[in-house]
Amino acid sequence: MRDISMHILDIIGNSVRAGASLVEVSIEEKSAEDQLILVVKDDGCGMDEETVKNALDPFFTSRKTRKVGLGIPLLQQNAEMSEGNLKIISELDKGTTITATFVRSHIDRPPLGDLSGTISLMVSGNPTVEFLYIHQLNDEEFKFDSREVKDALDGVPITEPGVINFLKQMIGENLTEIGVEL
Amino acid sequence: MAKVKTLDDLKKMRADLQSKITLRENSDRPEKMVQIKVSMATCGIASGAKETMNYLIEELDNRAIDAVVTQTGCMGYCHSEPTIEVHLPGNDPVVYGNVDVKKAGEVITKHIVGGELLDGIIPTNYTTPDEDNQK
Repeated sequence: MRDISMHILDIIGNSVRAGASLVEVSIEEKSAEDQLILVVKDDGCGMDEETVKNALDPFFTSRKTRKVGLGIPLLQQNAEMSEGNLKIISELDKGTTITATFVRSHIDRPPLGDLSGTISLMVSGNPTVEFLYIHQLNDEEFKFDSREVKDALDGVPITEPGVINFLKQMIGENLTEIGVEL
Repeated sequence: MAKVKTLDDLKKMRADLQSKITLRENSDRPEKMVQIKVSMATCGIASGAKETMNYLIEELDNRAIDAVVTQTGCMGYCHSEPTIEVHLPGNDPVVYGNVDVKKAGEVITKHIVGGELLDGIIPTNYTTPDEDNQK
């Protein structure tokens, strides 16, 4: 994975497959502590203790189509390479929270990448799932809620190319406004 | 500096979007539309499925082709990512492998518009060596 936005797209895939109805993605950048924290929280089916342990094993997957499951291990690798770590908290039938911490200025910390494209694509690609995305950079904050977007659209499908394009621009402009470096 | 876009701008666009949708005949009958699934698991994402998907959405819109582009999980063809499944109304779905932006353009021009099959199709009877061993 080349950047953090790709990891987000990937980890969200797990949440969607776990039957989540709401997925919360948050990125918190703190210059003073030199930290970047990515949290993906869902209300999907969750995992038991055994499965949580296995999730970090690249040779474990719940899929039948192939024998490996690299999504979480790759994120863990990138976090640990930039002197951070990855934690999974999960409870059956409640949901899962994955937290990846990075040293923000670390040379191996992947760039954030195309966040606006990723967020707009995850919202339009999974129209039945709601997404909340919060990006904090020190004291500045940008909040994006797919439920608000759907209210504003008033029946126009969120999968419309015109809408996707608009959301991409809106997220991009707002992130630039609060000073996020992609 | 230019004004940053907000949801209010989206509300203003709504009427335009609505009229564009009603113009399309089949928008309420998805089975009559071209359906494309882009495989978007770890393997697909790492190979650039996001760029392929973005391109497909934009290009199909530019050419005013009635199509739905959605995401799907891993289809088990990790060696040929990004993979897309193209389902033309009334035809069997076809899976293409190694679909970068250039290939996606060809699929639109030749397969979806022209109706001819291209190189790079993953046949439905394809099995992995693993599955062969189990037989």
